[in-house]
Amino acid sequence: MSRAPASPPSDVHARQVVFRVRGATKVYPMGEVEVQALRGIDLDLYAGEFTVLLGPSGSGKSTLLNILGGLDQPTGGSVFYRELELSGASNRQLTQFRRHAVGFVFQFYNLIPSLTAWENVSLVTEVASDPMSPLEALRLVGLEDRRDHFPAQLSGGQQQRVAIARAIAKRPDVLLCDEPTGALDALTGITVLEAIQRINTELGTTTAVITHNAAIGEMSDRVVTIRDGRVAEDRRVAVKTPVAELRW
Amino acid sequence: MQTLNRKLIRELRHTRGQSLAIAAVVASGVAVFVMALGTLGTLRSSRDAYYERYRFADVFASLRRAPTAILPRIATLPGVARVQTRIVSDVTLDVPELDEPAVGRLISLPEVGEPVLNAVYLRRGRLPEPGRASEVLASEAFVEANTLDVGDTLQAVMNGRLQELRIVGVAISPEYIFQLRGGDLLPDDRRFGVFWVSQRQMEAAFDMEGAFNDVSLRLAGGARSEPVIEALDRLLKPYGSIGAIDREDHVSARFVADEIKQLRATAVVAPSIFLGVATFLLNVVLSRQIGTQREIIATLKAFGYSDAAVAWHYLKSAILVALFGAVLGAAGGLYLGRGLARLYAEFYHFPSLISRIDWRIVLAGVSLSVLAAVAGSYRAIYQVMRLMPAEAMRPAAPARYRQSWLERLGLTPWIPLTARMVLRGLQRRPLNSLLSSLGISAAVAVLLVGNFAPDALDYLLEFQFERAQRHDVQVAFYEVASPSAAYDLRHLPGVQTAETFRAVPVKLRFRHRSYRTSIMGLGQRRDLYRLLDVDGRAIPLPPAGLVLSDKLAELLAVREGETVTVEVLEGEEPVREVVVSGLAVEYAGTTAYMDRQALHRLMGEADTLNGAFLAVDPGQLETLYRELKETPQIASVAVKSATVEQFRETVAKNQLTMQSFMVFFAAVIAIGVVYNTARISLEERSRELATMRVIGFTRSEVSAILLGELAVLTSLAIPLGWAIGYGLCYAMVRGFETEMFRIPLVIHPESFAFAALVTVLAAAASGFWIHRQIGQLDLVAVLKSSE
Ligand SMILES: Nc1ncnc2c1ncn2[C@@H]1O[C@H](COP(=O)(O)OP(=O)(O)OP(=O)(O)O)[C@@H](O)[C@H]1O
Ligand SMILES: [Mg+2]
Repeated sequence: MSRAPASPPSDVHARQVVFRVRGATKVYPMGEVEVQALRGIDLDLYAGEFTVLLGPSGSGKSTLLNILGGLDQPTGGSVFYRELELSGASNRQLTQFRRHAVGFVFQFYNLIPSLTAWENVSLVTEVASDPMSPLEALRLVGLEDRRDHFPAQLSGGQQQRVAIARAIAKRPDVLLCDEPTGALDALTGITVLEAIQRINTELGTTTAVITHNAAIGEMSDRVVTIRDGRVAEDRRVAVKTPVAELRW
Repeated sequence: MQTLNRKLIRELRHTRGQSLAIAAVVASGVAVFVMALGTLGTLRSSRDAYYERYRFADVFASLRRAPTAILPRIATLPGVARVQTRIVSDVTLDVPELDEPAVGRLISLPEVGEPVLNAVYLRRGRLPEPGRASEVLASEAFVEANTLDVGDTLQAVMNGRLQELRIVGVAISPEYIFQLRGGDLLPDDRRFGVFWVSQRQMEAAFDMEGAFNDVSLRLAGGARSEPVIEALDRLLKPYGSIGAIDREDHVSARFVADEIKQLRATAVVAPSIFLGVATFLLNVVLSRQIGTQREIIATLKAFGYSDAAVAWHYLKSAILVALFGAVLGAAGGLYLGRGLARLYAEFYHFPSLISRIDWRIVLAGVSLSVLAAVAGSYRAIYQVMRLMPAEAMRPAAPARYRQSWLERLGLTPWIPLTARMVLRGLQRRPLNSLLSSLGISAAVAVLLVGNFAPDALDYLLEFQFERAQRHDVQVAFYEVASPSAAYDLRHLPGVQTAETFRAVPVKLRFRHRSYRTSIMGLGQRRDLYRLLDVDGRAIPLPPAGLVLSDKLAELLAVREGETVTVEVLEGEEPVREVVVSGLAVEYAGTTAYMDRQALHRLMGEADTLNGAFLAVDPGQLETLYRELKETPQIASVAVKSATVEQFRETVAKNQLTMQSFMVFFAAVIAIGVVYNTARISLEERSRELATMRVIGFTRSEVSAILLGELAVLTSLAIPLGWAIGYGLCYAMVRGFETEMFRIPLVIHPESFAFAALVTVLAAAASGFWIHRQIGQLDLVAVLKSSE
């Protein structure tokens, strides 16, 4: 609790804190043994910031992101989304939080197979408070001409872009992506990352992306490395590289 | 293989709700099967042992009077093994606490030793002592119905004289398992009882020294009854026999045989339905379950497991579930069957119940269900065999969806997204959707089958005993009476109307078929005893022809307009050709009807009558009964309300016990099917449902999708189930039909509603369960895997 998070760069110091994580731990009881997925995370994420989370497999990245997104709750410590304490929120509050504030993008897209691209996006806009039109969201990811295609009729990269459109259509406050390019080849991965970056810059959405590809860190504002359930390194990127120039 | 078994056990545990539901359906089927067949076996063997031990005869004849001197002539007829002659006479009884007169059938017992045939089993008390007049054995059914016992006395009018009968023992006999007189449809144990009296006393009371009026025969091994009956009839004709009958036509024996026949219908039809549904459920569940395991299967095969090994893996789980259900069901069926058999034994007054567990039935039930499991898995297993291992290498085959036809009609904008998901989900697997719906409709159908019997019985009673027969009391005279007797009846207290009848025993012949029954001669102006057509309209009696009950016409295979031969079995015994000029709908009995005057002409007799139907002022019934008791010419008084009550007690009670079991099992099926359908849908869609939860949909919004699917399937299933159920009820009705009783196919709207309601409730309970499960979906797990 008392430990200060890795100090943020001074020029963003004045910006609002979106997520405030203090001493977050996560323990999975597995019968006799316990798995310590998070061993005390301290982290602040700022409004409009593009953060990349790096770290070896099993280090706890997904666990952290899921807690930030209200899919899971920490075992100990506190996690705040602005004024809302996620670590103590009820199921209903978490659902409302996800519904209105969070956009998710997953490694395996998780589109609804029985709905078309346009309908997958509508699914979210129909229940959001101030959404953009589904078509606008699809346009942001360059897929407006595929609006009537079912997921099965789209390539993996296109499906992931639909998933991004679905995530951002409600104009979420935060966009959380867990290995969004994990199932894609490099070239397709780039189009997906471009879409995410565009959302971040054009809409100012606070964005966190998990990846195994350190190079992707160069397109972000900040690279946080998780190791063994702790924040091992928190680095600001001095010069953002355009996605197209990244080397994988 | 070890690991595969572990997978099997873990998955069975994971899907235990589903497995239990299937096992419950299998168990229900096996339970009904074992219960019904077990009861049937117990009844059959108890009856056969009873007949054997107490030497129930094969051929029966009654006559006016024959000298015992002809006994050797009977005994030496070819095919006859043993002969028993008796004196049998019906008398009017005055039973304490019974307003109306009852009828007692007195049967002579040999002075020493046991009867050669038709022995009695003494329940309690002792046999009448030879010297002592007035001592009798009374039948158990009569004693119980009238709450009498050893030591009680009754008054009887014997040969015109009032005599006392003292009950010294209570007995039963294979001849009167059901106490029925010829022509009776139903036993009425309060008003008709059997009594055994010593031979000498019977001889004295009825002036029958050195004579008999009843003979029973035991056939020699291998002898057929027809030639014996023919020879016996020739021999006894001069002595006033109206013709011998064999066991098949013996009223009590036939009644028992009919009951057994009906039980057999239940034993065959019901379990077939249940096991059919179970097969079908396994089919749906397994093929959908295997559908969700495609990748696992392909991976196993890629690792070198043989087709057979993989197929056996899935077959094993089906067999395990079926076996579990079958064993449970067999145990339950044996337990219920034992209870039911005890109930029947009490009802039939068997001396002992021969009930041993027939392992063949248990084995058959268990094998049938395992067979059902294998048959049910066939389609699914076949799909496994066909699956190419390459499919595991590729990323998950994406589900192919299309716009549903409703949407293609241009209705899209009005269909909410969640509804579209439901429609497309159903349409993507039309066969599975149809099968699920069929499964639910099977439940609806079984519920209807389990519940329709009371409706049919209500209709039968209403039609037969309210719309057709509207009298209150039927009286019969000992002897054929003159029309003045009708006048006397009309002036008895409380009698509002009296409609007289003439009943004549006959044998009807048409082509090679013949049937023994009686012709009722009825007056033209009738209001109390009506003949009705299919639509319930009264049929007038033709001036000369016969009106047959529809069942009688069916038995003779005769149609309206054709001519039958009437052989009268009374008086001058004329033989006449009479045209069948109409058919009357009757659900009980096989009587022929004729205009009374026409019947007199056929008989060549003057205006006579045997009895009358009376409409009575209910307030004066008691007075009337008292009066009737003191009228010596009256042989019997049948009170219709008592008959109907008796009917409800007998036929209805047995059938209803069985039916209530059926309804219970049907409800199990309903729940089993609906729950499974819901469960599979949840399994298949858990990924997309969890995804929806992740992106912020509430639990209710997500459940709505599955509940919508369930609602569509259920609402399709209900009308379908009604239709299937109607067909099954028809099959049951055919199985229940006997010569004496036909069950009409009548199902009240309430029963349709009940079947639907139970199904909807089962659906609602499953829906509630889904709603809860959706709250417990593991949101994080879903994001970790690709499918
Ligand atoms: N449901 C669970 N039950 C038990 N342990 C779990 C569960 N989920 C995660 N873990 C454990 O928590 C630790 C962190 O897992 P997490 O998924 O956060 O890792 P990660 O950093 O996302 O790894 P990867 O890069 O491979 O996705 C791991 O050791 C994992 O085994
Ligand atoms: Mg991860």
